Amino acid sequence: MCLAVPGKVMEIEERDGTRMATVDFGGVVKEVCLEYVPDLAVGEYAIVHVGFALQRLDEESARRTLALFEELGLLQEEFGDPWEAAAEAGQEAGQ
Amino acid sequence: MKYIDEFQNPELARRLFDEIRATVTRPWALMEVCGGQTHTIIRHGIDQLLPDEVELIHGPGCPVCVTPLEVIDKALEIAARPDVIFCSFGDMLRVPGSDRDLFQVRSEGGDVRVVYSPLDALKIAQQNPHREVVFFGIGFETTAPPNAMTVYQARKLGIPNFSLLVSHVRVPPAIEAIMTSPSCRVQAFLAAGHVCSVMGMGEYPELAERFKVPIVVTGFEPLDILEGIRRTVRQLERGEHTVDNAYPRAVRPEGNPAAQAMLADVFEVTDRAWRGIGTIPASGWRLSERYRDYDAEHRFSVDGITTREPAACRSGEVLQGLIKPNECPSFGTTCTPRTPLGATMVSSEGACAAYYLYRRLGVTATPLEASPVV
Amino acid sequence: MSDTTSQSPRHLPTVDISGWTCPTPLRETPRVVMGHGGGGALSAELVQQIFAPAFGGELLAQLGDSAVFSLGGLRLAFSTDSYVVRPLFFPGGSIGDLAVNGTVNDLAMSGARAAYLSCGFILEEGVEMPVVAGVADAMGAAARAAGVEVAAGDTKVVEAGHGDGVYLNTAGIGLIPPGVDLRPQRVVPGDVVIVSGDIGVHGVAIMSVREGLEFGVEIESDCAALGGLVQAMLAVTPDLHVLRDPTRGGLAAALNEIATASATGVVINERAIPVPPAVANACAILGLDPMYVANEGKLVAFVPREHADAVLDAMRAHPLGAGAAVIGEAVAAHPGMVVARTLLGGTRVVDLPLGEQLPRIC
Repeated sequence: MCLAVPGKVMEIEERDGTRMATVDFGGVVKEVCLEYVPDLAVGEYAIVHVGFALQRLDEESARRTLALFEELGLLQEEFGDPWEAAAEAGQEAGQ
Repeated sequence: MKYIDEFQNPELARRLFDEIRATVTRPWALMEVCGGQTHTIIRHGIDQLLPDEVELIHGPGCPVCVTPLEVIDKALEIAARPDVIFCSFGDMLRVPGSDRDLFQVRSEGGDVRVVYSPLDALKIAQQNPHREVVFFGIGFETTAPPNAMTVYQARKLGIPNFSLLVSHVRVPPAIEAIMTSPSCRVQAFLAAGHVCSVMGMGEYPELAERFKVPIVVTGFEPLDILEGIRRTVRQLERGEHTVDNAYPRAVRPEGNPAAQAMLADVFEVTDRAWRGIGTIPASGWRLSERYRDYDAEHRFSVDGITTREPAACRSGEVLQGLIKPNECPSFGTTCTPRTPLGATMVSSEGACAAYYLYRRLGVTATPLEASPVV
Repeated sequence: MSDTTSQSPRHLPTVDISGWTCPTPLRETPRVVMGHGGGGALSAELVQQIFAPAFGGELLAQLGDSAVFSLGGLRLAFSTDSYVVRPLFFPGGSIGDLAVNGTVNDLAMSGARAAYLSCGFILEEGVEMPVVAGVADAMGAAARAAGVEVAAGDTKVVEAGHGDGVYLNTAGIGLIPPGVDLRPQRVVPGDVVIVSGDIGVHGVAIMSVREGLEFGVEIESDCAALGGLVQAMLAVTPDLHVLRDPTRGGLAAALNEIATASATGVVINERAIPVPPAVANACAILGLDPMYVANEGKLVAFVPREHADAVLDAMRAHPLGAGAAVIGEAVAAHPGMVVARTLLGGTRVVDLPLGEQLPRIC
């Protein structure tokens, strides 16, 4: 289900009484219906599925998620890889 | 592409793998509900890189695979009519009906067209006012709003030659059905992020509480999948079972109210048969009374078609992780990706199709005698 | 948070999962389907089950891009291909360019320098004359650029509604230089796999203008004649093992054909495959894999390891090989299979596509 990709709104227009946008997916441009996210503005990103914007993409959430992943690494660099540490501890215990 | 490339970063993926490895202490069985997530898992080889304790059971969340035979047969009958232009998403064309598929209907003269969006089908209807244009409206809660909007537009714009053959399915009743199955061994769910972009998370706390399973709303890029797994495993190890959102950039707790309102207007909840699984109560949508005129089943009087599939393989047990695909007697002999017996073999990300490829790899790496296959 | 508890209790589903059942198989396709022309497993079956037995003959049984044989003391390559493309004119070329370059390239993959082409036109009643002239002009220009002469031709007309305007067939013949022996059977474990540049470009350019899929993209078909590039590679060493132009079915189909015919395994490093962002993103939207998307101006080469660096340098020095990259190697393990090392370090099998690749939603 649900092959949906993030795209950036380039232009917005009304067509046949329907809110439509030109959306850029990294150099690939398609017409997208904005009726479900009507307050989406030019420059914002949305999740697009079969030609429809379904949800605004929240930049701040994306940034926080990535920052969390970075922190996972930092914690490990600080305390060492817990998996390796466990393996080393096991070897020492066995010797 | 922004919001995709960052979430495929191999270095951050390694950190997430490490973190999952560091967290897990015993075996857990997780089900990713959505076929799109299964696709990412297979495409990137994520399942091979996870610790042995984490088992991913591929769920029934491929709308193409679970569309019931009866509906496929109705589609084939409608598509074969000379007055009809039958429009569909590409992946439906190869799904077998009782005796043929949409490709074969096309080879017999049917006008079957692949479109990217249901709005493209509506456009074709406007351009061909003297022909009936039918769109095959399949999919989960993600695809239902686009299809609903298209029917709404057809009525608003007065396009009488457009109709929808509907076979929509809903995720929460499927989770409920899986958890109430006597042989169920799923201990947690990765919920489909884009379904939740539309529906929000409101339907899940009750399920998590009733069945004592963690449900983590999960995205579709490799890092999203790994984060979903990480949070799920953490809950399992702590004995928790809450609803968590690992995909906040695209999922708000309330979902998309405008889309939900359109769904409530255009569709009504109905029982729905899932191919390879059976009928699940209240698990589907059909067009509501207001939009009955746009229902292709009524327009082409195919509601009489009923079918019954013979039990030929054991995909149900495969989907549950009860048996490995190669323990099914049909596996690799009468059932291959070319001639699929079951939903799990139909799509490239189905459990059997995936296993078929890796078994070939395993078999050629070690002599067949050395690894007896049931 | 949830108000579902306020709903009236409904009938509990009684679905016994161990009793889930499965659809009946579709064993046969009684008629030709589009996939038979897709360059994948269905195409191969059509040739192996119907054409090869009917024609007999050892040359055809080799199933190469072109037949290679000796005649009057000369080693010749002979090939034919038919062209059906919609629309006839697309960003970066036309059916006329494809018809010349496609056959020139089939010959080039056996190391031959294309000398003469024949051309068959199947025209649909009612097609506008300027369209026919446009296609013919494109063919003439492409032939001059490739250094090949269109020496024989034929025209037929079918009734309106029985064709897409213009169908073309070309056949070609060329000389193979002494010492050149390009065939998959020569591939050995350790051979280096080189691709001549960005993949998926032609297929995405065509899809961008196909009815029902239209999208805007700054990308043009890579359609080009590869004879010059191949000559530049052979100038480094005549001892290349095999060349293929990954057209229908894309890189995945070409690599699978070589793996099967050579009975070696192929390992590809996904990160090394040159995929331009526009191709990657168009594929992301449509749910396609760039490895399965068609190319019309690229080749993939299996080169003995000792020559790989020099061949790569020669390719990069040629305008049509500027983006050449080493993407993998032939291995002794898993003979007949193509395996990709994924971005994250996992592995996946890159299977032969069944037929044409379809946009998917799931």
